[in-house]
Amino acid sequence: MHEDNKIILKVEEIYKRYRKEEVLRGISFEVRKGETKVIIGPSGSGKSTLLRCINQLTIPDKGQVWLEGEEVTHTKKSINQFRQKMGMVFQDFNLFDHINALGNVEIGLIRVKGMDKNRAREKAMEELKQVGLEKQAYLYPAQLSGGQKQRVSIARALAMNPSVMLFDEPTSALDPELIGEVLEVIKKLAINGMTMVVVTHEMGFARSVANEVIFIESGRIIDQGPPYKLFTNPEHERTKKFLSKITELYGKSVEER
Amino acid sequence: MTENFLLVYQSLPYLLKGSIITLELIGGALALGLIMGIPMAIGQVYGNKYVANLISFYVWFFRGLPVLVLLFLFYFGLFMFLGFNLTALTAAILVLGLRSAAYQSQIFRGSIQSVGEGQMMAARSLGMSKLKAIFYIILPQALRISIPGWSNEYSIILKDSAVTYAIGLTEILTRGNFIATRTYQPLPIFLTCAAIFLILTYGGVKLLNILEKKVKIPGYGSYSNSGKEY
Repeated sequence: MHEDNKIILKVEEIYKRYRKEEVLRGISFEVRKGETKVIIGPSGSGKSTLLRCINQLTIPDKGQVWLEGEEVTHTKKSINQFRQKMGMVFQDFNLFDHINALGNVEIGLIRVKGMDKNRAREKAMEELKQVGLEKQAYLYPAQLSGGQKQRVSIARALAMNPSVMLFDEPTSALDPELIGEVLEVIKKLAINGMTMVVVTHEMGFARSVANEVIFIESGRIIDQGPPYKLFTNPEHERTKKFLSKITELYGKSVEER
Repeated sequence: MTENFLLVYQSLPYLLKGSIITLELIGGALALGLIMGIPMAIGQVYGNKYVANLISFYVWFFRGLPVLVLLFLFYFGLFMFLGFNLTALTAAILVLGLRSAAYQSQIFRGSIQSVGEGQMMAARSLGMSKLKAIFYIILPQALRISIPGWSNEYSIILKDSAVTYAIGLTEILTRGNFIATRTYQPLPIFLTCAAIFLILTYGGVKLLNILEKKVKIPGYGSYSNSGKEY
């Protein structure tokens, strides 16, 4: 455990339904400072919706989200204040297509934080260096590989100095040979003590960085626990089945190859 | 034959003055359409249903009537009824501009909607307000996408400008008609008018092509010549 185990993110009884379909049915968990939670589960189980409910890109029907002791749901404060502190990385990158890598990283600093342009540029360059892309700073998204795009999007989120990072299947849209470079960056973040919630199908990655793995199905938490326990000795038959299916589908993950 | 050339040569300054009026007219109308069209498009995409319905009604009205009907309705009808004492040029700019706003709003709406939803989501996830996201993320992309459609609107409004003949605006065609009726030589004169229109269409569309290339995002989109490779 981390020495400073203050709760950074707390999710309480989140419910969300789209018309007839109940996507989330009472999800609760908390993330302490420096922890990495990995969320796994079959597609359509509500993982992405859950992440979006955390930063209110999707408004949950019921339930609360707390960030560093402040309630994000039902708040008088602007949601934009909270979102700055919750960096989000999307499956399909969502880089701003009309500006180059550097511009993507600095735009939040300039337009949201109101940082002076020169300082924003410096900080953005630094973040790009962190993800190994300072040489690509002036390339546009369309000129970058998928792995590079995802690293830029990580840098963009990190530049805002978030308290927690939310990763929504960050490697699912990547060619197999590009997955490694992105996972490497995320791993480095974990080692450096970033607090993270990661939705992924990369079991090897989950095994090596997660403090806790949460298995979600049909909008409910079925199983949760430290990776060694969940992967070797899952409590539920359903978890076992999912894990064997995932290994069958995805093969061994990058780390295990 | 020589007579014809002489007639064209002598009429040219008079007709060219008319083309300046035409340019003023379409410049004003396109600008008015642009200034109104962009916020209308934003309102239609991001506004609540009342705003969106109001804009739809506007678009339905101005797209649904022939330009000549609009011109008469406003110039001889509404403007006079309201006691506005407008010159033919101002009235024509207003009518063509209000009408162009309806068309332009749909050009911009289409391009705003073609910018991926993920762009807005990513902007909001950084803590950007919706308005800032529209301004700094969505519009810069949407406006680029709308240049080809907008160039269409330019050429359409240029040609539509000739109907202002009906309210006596002394643009190219009105002037051509003056000369033609005075000299009984319609063919060379109207050919000259046609040539001026063709040149203006070509020039404007060309300029917009240059703009399109100039603001093209590196590596993005398949326009220009890359389509030839498939």
